[in-house]
Amino acid sequence: MAMQKYSVFSLIKNAFKGHKEWEVAWKDPTPKAEYDVIIIGGGGHGLATAYYLAKEHNISKVAIIEKGWIGGGNVGRNTTIIRSNYMHDENGLFSEFGMNLWRNMSLDLNFNVMFSPRGIINLAHSDAQMNAYSRRGNSMRLNGIDAVLLNREEVRKIIPMADFSENVRFPIFGGLMQPSAGTARHDAVAWGYARQADAMGVDIIQNCEVTGFDVSNGKILGIRTSKGDIKAKKIGLCVAGSTNILAEKLNMTLPIETHLLQACVSEPIKPILDNVVTFGAGHFYCSQSDKGEMVMGGDLDGYNSYAQRGNLPTLQHVLTEGIAMFPFLSKLKMLRTWGGIMDMSMDGSPIIDKTHIEGLYLNCGWCYGGFKATPASGWTFAHTIAQDRPHELNEGYSLNRFRTGHLIDEKGLGTKTWIS
Amino acid sequence: MLHIKCPHCGLRSQNEFSYGGDASVKRPELNKEVSDQDWDNFVYLRKSQRGKHLELWQHISGCRQWIKVERDTFTHEIFKTLKANEEV
Repeated sequence: MAMQKYSVFSLIKNAFKGHKEWEVAWKDPTPKAEYDVIIIGGGGHGLATAYYLAKEHNISKVAIIEKGWIGGGNVGRNTTIIRSNYMHDENGLFSEFGMNLWRNMSLDLNFNVMFSPRGIINLAHSDAQMNAYSRRGNSMRLNGIDAVLLNREEVRKIIPMADFSENVRFPIFGGLMQPSAGTARHDAVAWGYARQADAMGVDIIQNCEVTGFDVSNGKILGIRTSKGDIKAKKIGLCVAGSTNILAEKLNMTLPIETHLLQACVSEPIKPILDNVVTFGAGHFYCSQSDKGEMVMGGDLDGYNSYAQRGNLPTLQHVLTEGIAMFPFLSKLKMLRTWGGIMDMSMDGSPIIDKTHIEGLYLNCGWCYGGFKATPASGWTFAHTIAQDRPHELNEGYSLNRFRTGHLIDEKGLGTKTWIS
Repeated sequence: MLHIKCPHCGLRSQNEFSYGGDASVKRPELNKEVSDQDWDNFVYLRKSQRGKHLELWQHISGCRQWIKVERDTFTHEIFKTLKANEEV
């Protein structure tokens, strides 16, 4: 049966029927005995991978195995920011490829992901930082990514509510803007990919925990789950903060640690901020949702954690930076805070690669930048699985780069850049 | 808020401490031949266990000593704290 198309006509048609005949967006199948490909993890990246396997590679005998419910992990816990303002070629070209997928996503998925290219501004608070931003901006432009270096007065025109007073500890010198960056409705991304993948024959299996792997002679044969054993020719791991838990079952030790990141939203207020803005003298970022909430985030809690909930000292630290940037934030009440678990790689860049086990593929290490990478990650991971080799866009994201010294050290700070 | 019992100073809040990572990792001995794999294991590879995790913290706003903490990475419960040179 062909999937119903969402349009103004289907809306009107269903309105006359009292909205009682909408089809389910995706089914709830029982697992088959065998698949061509199993993707473990029904988050944004896993759903996107399954979608592109079906769409780009005609592989639709695919299952997504999700321990909880789709979209319940980091794709539902992020601050919705999309950008490609990276200096290094590997990150810049990969992310900009993703920007093009974002621009067409609502049409491609027939699902409004509310992509809003509202621009991101990274604030600079010293001459040295302006020089560094100038360098990064030039590198971005060489890779075809839009970048604009703003001076203090140009920043003031865009965000006059920021603290431009003279006697502050971190005065605003200017900023680097990527006008084409923005935000999207994170849940819609998960739902849009899930609906299309399901329509193309992918089985989305929720509430199904992977308890083990069937590996023989260095080749993957299948998985053991809470709903029984399932065979597969190829298996892709796409489980972000839970990667190490599955790696242990495979006797693999990976260059990632799982850490806790919190985010929060204020009570909704009238429109004041129509960009994404980051504080340059610490780690704080802010945007305003369509509902009017100020969406804020910053540093990791700083110690290994699988808790999906954080502690107040880090929130206090992060919001102190926020108030230094936007003093009006101090007047707002906090509406919600939450946490997610991040797969922090040792150089701050992700891994999309094959493994030493034949038929087993790895997608992890997204640190706190996984959401924006959703389409490009899914697209390149699908390619890596289908062709049994990385695409040139994810060649740099290799698993062995740590041992060979080919780190992608975007911050130029060496290993574990995320430890504060 | 974590409350960490420094073996030198007593129970203090998390704000006084700085995290130092997995305490079970051993630096390769430099008077021996060290392979690339040994360095890889030491510098980059981590088990990052869910559950009991032995880790280093520094009491940076207190006695400035490095200590070992045995903590659950899922519940955040702290079972035991030790001086840096003590074994569990």
